[in-house]
Amino acid sequence: MGTVDYAVEMRDITKRFPGVIASNHVNLAVRRGSIHALLGENGAGKSTLMNILTGLLRPDSGEICVRGERVALRSPASAIALGIGMVHQHFRLVQTFTVAENITLGMSRPRFALDMAPIEREVAKLSSEYGLAVNPHAKIWQLSVGEQQRVEIIKMLYRGVDVLIMDEPTAVLTPQEVRELFETLRRMTADGKTIIFITHKLDEVMEISDRVTVLRAGKDVFSCDTRETNARELASKMVGREIGQTPERPPVAIGDPVLEVRELTAIGDRGTMVLAGIDLDVRAGEIHGIAGVAGNGQRELAEVITGLRRASAGSVNICGADMTNHTPRSIIEAGVSHIPEDRLGVGLAPNLNITYNAIMKRYRCNEMCRGPIVDATRARTWTDGLVERFNVKTPNLRTAVRLLSGGNSQRLLLARETSMEHKLVVAVHPTRGLDIGATEAVHTILLRERESGVGTLLISEDLEELIALCDRISVIYEGRIMGTVGRDELNLDEIGMMMAGISAAEKGDGHLEAGA
Amino acid sequence: MKLVLEKRETVSSFYRFVSPLLAIIMALVLGAAFLAASGFSPLKVYYYMWWGAFSDWYGISETLVTSIPIMLCALGVALAAKMLLWNVGAEGQFHMGAFAAAWVALSMPDAPAWQVMPLMVLAGMAAGAIWALLPAVPRAYLGVNEIITTLLLNYVAIYWVEYLVHGPWRDPVNLNFPLSAPFSSAARLPSLFGTRIHLGLVFALVAAGLIWFALGRTKWGYEVTVIGENPRAARYAGMNIERNIVLTMCLAGALAGLGGMAEVSAIAGRMTRQLSPGYGYSAIIVAWLAKVNPWAVVLVSVLFGGLLVGGYSAQVIGVSAASVNMLQGLMLFCVLATEALGRYRVRAVHAAVRGSGEGASIDG
Repeated sequence: MGTVDYAVEMRDITKRFPGVIASNHVNLAVRRGSIHALLGENGAGKSTLMNILTGLLRPDSGEICVRGERVALRSPASAIALGIGMVHQHFRLVQTFTVAENITLGMSRPRFALDMAPIEREVAKLSSEYGLAVNPHAKIWQLSVGEQQRVEIIKMLYRGVDVLIMDEPTAVLTPQEVRELFETLRRMTADGKTIIFITHKLDEVMEISDRVTVLRAGKDVFSCDTRETNARELASKMVGREIGQTPERPPVAIGDPVLEVRELTAIGDRGTMVLAGIDLDVRAGEIHGIAGVAGNGQRELAEVITGLRRASAGSVNICGADMTNHTPRSIIEAGVSHIPEDRLGVGLAPNLNITYNAIMKRYRCNEMCRGPIVDATRARTWTDGLVERFNVKTPNLRTAVRLLSGGNSQRLLLARETSMEHKLVVAVHPTRGLDIGATEAVHTILLRERESGVGTLLISEDLEELIALCDRISVIYEGRIMGTVGRDELNLDEIGMMMAGISAAEKGDGHLEAGA
Repeated sequence: MKLVLEKRETVSSFYRFVSPLLAIIMALVLGAAFLAASGFSPLKVYYYMWWGAFSDWYGISETLVTSIPIMLCALGVALAAKMLLWNVGAEGQFHMGAFAAAWVALSMPDAPAWQVMPLMVLAGMAAGAIWALLPAVPRAYLGVNEIITTLLLNYVAIYWVEYLVHGPWRDPVNLNFPLSAPFSSAARLPSLFGTRIHLGLVFALVAAGLIWFALGRTKWGYEVTVIGENPRAARYAGMNIERNIVLTMCLAGALAGLGGMAEVSAIAGRMTRQLSPGYGYSAIIVAWLAKVNPWAVVLVSVLFGGLLVGGYSAQVIGVSAASVNMLQGLMLFCVLATEALGRYRVRAVHAAVRGSGEGASIDG
């Protein structure tokens, strides 16, 4: 039997999937009223372990104790009954329902007549208690990502959860929202609740957690109180080696513009203007970064440039030719590679195998087919070369892409996009959700592109990444470019202010941190 | 104790292979219960059905004859399904194919076979294709749901044929029966092996082979596969989704139209209002059972042909034709059920799952 001091103890948990051991005799003990960070690269086994704890998966062996008592977790409902709940990275909310409706959704009480008033009162009480400002009457689609996350947290609190698992909660938040979230988490632990915080961001671990456990390749390799360690040590535990320095950027001759965007406007999915007159260019051999808080038109900008969304006015010139509102195919043929934000949803077909995915932009080329027939041998040979050169780890080429880890599927995508004839790469959040190893690989590839004279438009929320890679950084805010700074004149404060919509000229005393 | 459904992590390939068989067995068992309840001995009925469909050369040849239109329609349905298009309109495309072929045959009564036959094939395929084009274009460019439009166009086609045989095409020689004049012998598709099996079987087998090859090996097949799996990725990769929707639907319609042409030319020999007992609808079930694989479509079509032919022999002992339709329906139902079982497992949970759980171990 376990100890009562611990909210959750997982002992010797093993979980095998076909071909991999996702959890290999893992132990995890989480003290009551603490924030316990679970740190690890993608594929280290964090999600598997937490899915076991929330009853979504069953371990092959091992035991779980909750508040000292050994339990069997057969479903998320049984986990909730034990007070264990999870806020997933991708929220589980019904967009067209109100906040209060979402919170009560799936609960067996009230049984029949649905009187929202007491539920709303309870929601309001929970929001004020933990600083989770949200309007119970609002529909989910009207809320920002940060507010939706609050709804998820309230949903768990409403169900009486006292061990809350947060899966990479900061990945989608602005720096300001992160601060508010951390405040909420601190209030919750002060109230005796326990938080398990899954992340791969070291600074967050150092800032918020009381204790940290590092997972690597399905094993718990390291566990200690946070104040007894530092970011550098944690990073080396995570990757099993000392992490590299910022990548080298040899000087490169800047050439002619490969992309010129003039007064570009476009309408978003909600029918509102998301690009409100963008002016921008990218030259050969340059990485031009676009910084900004998510949802300010970044995705739409990439879509308009690559022909996936119509421009309502303005122009997009590629290598001097007007390509405004041309088809995606003619834009690809004009030499534009695209690393989309949603890798598995847009960039790849997850159920198809590696070869199918690798030839997605190449199957029409003469070298890949004889007449209307795709040459399977050449397709395989070529894919083999890509997999080899870009170090994509896979059992074989017939493996479905959905079975690859995040880092490996991104490597495959980059391999495909950078191996075709191209002059411009449009990369949107190319390292989001990737671990340190895969992030380094992506950075290396982007810098190699730069050296070979390709122009890159790098859209990212990660300022450190932009600073490490870019020759120039522009800041986008509400569909406009607030300003552009060259590498030599970088000023974090200034970028931070522009991200908040304050242009360089009118900088007042609106103090903001750059979030780097 | 209660039963719960749990999601499986992977679907075993063995199960994927076995599940259609399981579905058929389940349908037979459920059908047996129904037959027993309506006073027939299920074993006797199934025996009659089997005997009628597969026991002798005549039964087998009739089964194959019946399977030809199903095969051609189902190949079309399966091809569209590969791109996640629900072509529920094979029945209508079949009728329009038959209509166009009959029109050629009736307007050239004196032409030799080498003239009239190719024209009938082309007309039948073109008419089926056009009938599929009508829903395909709004689906591709406006996002109009093709399930509804293809389904409704079936009625238009069926009533159009009804109108012709009751009205302008009615053969005055035939005493007010809703039949057209018979085709000339040049407009009759040749039969094979001295049975009623006709050249349509060759059409269907060639079509299955071509589809199999095209999907697996050609650029077009590659596009269809990617669009079916992830349309957003296909668009991102520069594929023309709209054109492929139109093209695939037209091919699907052409196959069903060819089925209609073969049926009217080889079997009926004239335009009638009872060309199809619902081949185009059976085709939907066949395409599902066959998991969209063209060779499996051929096999399952023969099975369904047997079911229909066996149904006719079962009527000899008094089982209604509707019972056979019900068996078909049960099969689709069971296919969907076994698919769900492939993705989930049923588990019996004994005790209530609550916090206490003394000594309850975590079992895998």
